[in-house]
Amino acid sequence: MERKLMKGNEALAEAAIRAGCKCFFGYPITPQTEISAYMSKRMPKVGGVFLQAESEVSAINMVYGCASSGIRCMTSSSSPGVSLKSEGVSYIAGADLPCVIINVMRGGPGLGGIQPSQADYWQATKALGHGDFQLLVYAPSSVQEMADTVTKAFDLADKYRMPALILADGLLGQMMEPVAFEDVDISFGDGSDKEWAARGHNNERKHNISNSLYLKPDELEDRIVERFKRYDVIKANHTEAECYKTDDAELIITAYGSVARIAKAAVDAARAKGIKVGLFRPITLWPFPEKELKAACANAENVLCVEMSMGQMIEDVKLALECKKNVEFFGRTGGIVPKPSEILAKIVEMTQKGAE
Amino acid sequence: MPEFKKPHALTDAPLHYCPGCTHGIIHRLVAEVIDEMGIEGQTVGVAPVGCSVMAYDYFACDMIEAAHGRAPAVATGVKRANPDTFVFTYQGDGDLAAIGTAEIVHAATRGENITVIFVNNTTYGMTGGQMAPTTLPGQVTQTTPYGRNTNVEGFPIRVCEMLSTLSGVALAERVTVVDPANIRKAKAAIRKGFEFQKNKQGFSIIEVLSTCPTNWGKSPVDAIDWLKENMMPYYPLGVYKEGAIR
Amino acid sequence: MMTETILAGFGGQGILFAGKMLAYFGLMDNKEVSWLPSYGPEMRGGTANCSVCISDDAVGSPLVTEPDVLIVMNGPSYDKFINDVKPGGIAIIDSTLIETKCTRDDIKCFYVPSTQMAEEQGLKGMANIILIGKLIKETGIASDEVIRKALEKIIPPAKAQLIDKNLKAISLGMEV
Repeated sequence: MERKLMKGNEALAEAAIRAGCKCFFGYPITPQTEISAYMSKRMPKVGGVFLQAESEVSAINMVYGCASSGIRCMTSSSSPGVSLKSEGVSYIAGADLPCVIINVMRGGPGLGGIQPSQADYWQATKALGHGDFQLLVYAPSSVQEMADTVTKAFDLADKYRMPALILADGLLGQMMEPVAFEDVDISFGDGSDKEWAARGHNNERKHNISNSLYLKPDELEDRIVERFKRYDVIKANHTEAECYKTDDAELIITAYGSVARIAKAAVDAARAKGIKVGLFRPITLWPFPEKELKAACANAENVLCVEMSMGQMIEDVKLALECKKNVEFFGRTGGIVPKPSEILAKIVEMTQKGAE
Repeated sequence: MPEFKKPHALTDAPLHYCPGCTHGIIHRLVAEVIDEMGIEGQTVGVAPVGCSVMAYDYFACDMIEAAHGRAPAVATGVKRANPDTFVFTYQGDGDLAAIGTAEIVHAATRGENITVIFVNNTTYGMTGGQMAPTTLPGQVTQTTPYGRNTNVEGFPIRVCEMLSTLSGVALAERVTVVDPANIRKAKAAIRKGFEFQKNKQGFSIIEVLSTCPTNWGKSPVDAIDWLKENMMPYYPLGVYKEGAIR
Repeated sequence: MMTETILAGFGGQGILFAGKMLAYFGLMDNKEVSWLPSYGPEMRGGTANCSVCISDDAVGSPLVTEPDVLIVMNGPSYDKFINDVKPGGIAIIDSTLIETKCTRDDIKCFYVPSTQMAEEQGLKGMANIILIGKLIKETGIASDEVIRKALEKIIPPAKAQLIDKNLKAISLGMEV
């Protein structure tokens, strides 16, 4: 396969098309606008649909309509825009529809900044909208993974009839790295394989309804309980994580996305000093790879969670480890990317404390 | 002699609307048009939030329930995914002209090839009769207990007039269902909207002046009189725009 | 083996393009590479810089904080980055636009009046590429074959005449 240099945002867009995403509904916001730009160029050439919506709210509701028809579709945004989409995401989850949503995170709250951030972890994994639901959340950490996870996201979203989110950040979206795509013939389904799709019943069946309204509490409870049974299956089968030099590690760094790249450099620097450090990188943030983390920390006493936020994933790390390990935090926020040297300093501090 | 029966495009579910409400008539007109054009199997309807929220149970074609105001965006998603599908939205005045203003204006200006049935009864019916964007000056509602004061609450929106300025609109027509003659005209307008859609000629909106006896605090007959005396002068019936955009 | 480079200057000097060229040298040489721009709200003007990593193994941090190589084309960027260069590293400095001389004795500095050279040689706007030529000369980072292959990748066929101009700029830089 030929390797091409592509920006993360562009690789993701191309991979989505190759995964059969027929419709893309976008709205401009830094630092993810390359996705819209790429789609606007490419979609008309492959028989797909690119539409620039009048708002983030409309874009996600176009996704809701398109997904109701059983057609693979996607929207993308960055933090403030994703907040606007949260209404539609909740309806999509409530109607059990598959789709893919991209958040190329920037600093917040409010308008925040336009530099990379990971401050939307809670939003993505706990509450991207009101009500009892989850999204599948993938956190790629390279341009190749931006491409690979979008394919997985579409497949699992379809399989479990739920929205999937790719949680990236400005650094991953804007950077170029080599990426290779498998040769595929681009083809879009018409939704006819989805027996639930509201795409015209052709006088062949009872009408389908795409809906999240259940006024009778027992009906609504049944729907939600059924949904959470699907979530249990996903938790049991679809967690993903990468372990780097964790086997003999006395200190495990947990980091996801672009920060994991920087943490890897810090691990190498610490190893060069003879400190036994490893990196645990969740690839799925929901479901969180709890078992994998426990196993990776088997020989470690100390865990250092590194994030581009004030500390959000750290709560899941502590929960997974059931408070049996010493979990500390290092983060930069507001759009500042931590330096390997800063992480290394924290590693040294923690290991020295342990030695005292 | 033809037998009077429910249109095929309506299900057997009993309607939940209040006595004297005109939603039932408007549902029927849409369903009759779908039947007469023979397009039930190719139609997807989008229901709003408001009194007609459960329209998805009443129409026998495939249906989608949208969030408040978002029906035109949802309809856009359906239509763009499958351009040969007939897509209509069914929306009230709060849904379409307040919380969903952006969605309706932009669907219209894009010339989105869908048909919008807009039911204007000057109030938020489902939540108990609050001021709507179409509430008339001086009209008493739950949230304008002293009457709508235009110095405070501003003025009603005339949706057909506003949308008729947009190049993407093929049909903007205001009708009512207060008597058999007007009901026939309303049906003809709805049919026209679906025909424009069939020929891929652009966005169509049919605004239907409607009553809300419950929240207006009137009998059904008095409500119709009130509509004629108060709404029709402010919202004149007629065609505001007609002609293919493509 | 990994080479980490920062390229920095004003917007409009082709900083990001020069970085991209460097990344393509790595790609065409079957190396692992990354190119990371700094980005701001403005479309034009302001400072521009990018990080480029070329490595035999997977690139860890794409964000370069202590470069092996600094290519710098304006004063503010020189002030910002010159002290970050790794001991033993090199700095390639556009001496037309930067008058300061570096006092560090643990790095090698090359002063190339690239903006002036570009003007004189009819290569206006290609001072960035002249500096890339100097980088190739000092590090041997790209063979002639790799250079040509990379240029064919980054310059669209419709602008093929620019390949020769770029080659000329590179060889100018190599001769300094």
